[in-house]
Amino acid sequence: MRRLILLLSVFTGVAAADENAIVLKHGQGKELVSSQCAMCHSLDYITMNATVLDRAGWEKTVSKMITMMNAPINEADKKIIVDYLVKNYSK
Amino acid sequence: MNGRRHFIKKVIAGLTAFGGWSLLQRSGLAATDTALDTSTEKLIGKGALLKKTYRPPNYETPVNYFDTPFTPNSHFFVRYHHALIPEVNVENWRLRIGGDAIGTPLAFSLEQLRRDFETVEIAALCLCSGNRRSAFEPQVAGIQWDSGAMGNALWRGVRLRDVLAKAGINASALEVTLNGADSALLTTTPDFIKSLPLAKALDENTLIAFEMNGEPLPHWNGFPVRLIVSGWVATYWMKHLTEINVISKPLDNVWMKTSYRVPKNLFAGGQFSSQEIETTVPITDIAVNSLITNLLEGQTLPALKPLEIKGVAWDAGSGIARVEISTDDGISWQSATLQQDYGRFSWRQWRYDFVPNRTKQYRIMARATSHSGDSQPFEAVANPSGYHHNAVQKIAVQVV
Repeated sequence: MRRLILLLSVFTGVAAADENAIVLKHGQGKELVSSQCAMCHSLDYITMNATVLDRAGWEKTVSKMITMMNAPINEADKKIIVDYLVKNYSK
Repeated sequence: MNGRRHFIKKVIAGLTAFGGWSLLQRSGLAATDTALDTSTEKLIGKGALLKKTYRPPNYETPVNYFDTPFTPNSHFFVRYHHALIPEVNVENWRLRIGGDAIGTPLAFSLEQLRRDFETVEIAALCLCSGNRRSAFEPQVAGIQWDSGAMGNALWRGVRLRDVLAKAGINASALEVTLNGADSALLTTTPDFIKSLPLAKALDENTLIAFEMNGEPLPHWNGFPVRLIVSGWVATYWMKHLTEINVISKPLDNVWMKTSYRVPKNLFAGGQFSSQEIETTVPITDIAVNSLITNLLEGQTLPALKPLEIKGVAWDAGSGIARVEISTDDGISWQSATLQQDYGRFSWRQWRYDFVPNRTKQYRIMARATSHSGDSQPFEAVANPSGYHHNAVQKIAVQVV
């Protein structure tokens, strides 16, 4: 069981090798973004929308993940995630 | 505890499904010492596709594969909302028919479906609502599809209405819900379940399909069966179907109430009154559209050499009446030749012979008009989710 929990903790950001080739830009919040977002989807969802979203767009997108998709992300983490995405992946 | 165990089970299944086998091995969780299978990191059974996202897998078809009437299964686009996509064992697989407005709940094996109902075949275009989203100006959030989130295929299966009739439909029936075997890694994520209005579910062109272009459905396109909703966008074409319910109340989930909706009165389309509100309606009918398949933006072409311009055109099922081509930036238009007609839900291939007689830049455009009289607009109709991009293409080629 402990092993399973350990597995879950390393699962974030670890799926297919192809997927692992996606490395987010360094910056404050990178680890949190990688672990929280990759819990459900690969990180190319972020890079794909880098030229599309501004702050309002990322706010809306992260909110959608929380309210519509029930992503287990608290308010404090949400702010860190949005700030990181705006700083590193916004148009 | 059960919930957590279930969650862990799902994550492990997800890891296996997505090439986490090596991780499982390292963790000691793998049941055997099977050699590393790195091929699980690819979409097994698929040819080269254009990757949009790895997980869930979203891959589009390179446009050159639209040169044939039917898109090869190996290169048919892949679109999922959730990352946990089990390999269905057809021996254990059952399609369950139920709901509060069904007479007798029933379950069918694949063999029973094939044996107990009339088999029909329809050529139909499967088109993602967000196909060509990346072409919107300003850009719209979402999967940044180019033109390849679609494919035309020959679908063989049984009519949904025949299967529902066997179970018996109550007078209170309003919608028919569709669920597939795929799900999200987290159990808290809303499962992808869609509904159809009863009338569309009972349409003779709505099929439970088990074959695609004469072969069993590829895993990534819904094995063992998926729904074919001829004329409607692919969000309703549920893959890996496991459960169909006839219900008396509108389905209430985010996939109906929040996603896949368009502003009311903005697009022509089939009715879905039980899911309509004052401001928005579900996306339904495919919009009239066309695509030039053998020219690239900025391509260089030799002068005086005949050029065959090729492409496809489609609509929601009235059929394509004509495709017009302009080689002078829309000043004059000439008719293209429509190729073989495979039925009103199939796309229609077309061709046009053009001899560029001057060395200059040509702006080439194609515009389809349906039998219902709808024609492509010159500018895409903006909408919040970036659906129905059907603006006339403009491709600039350089003749030298």
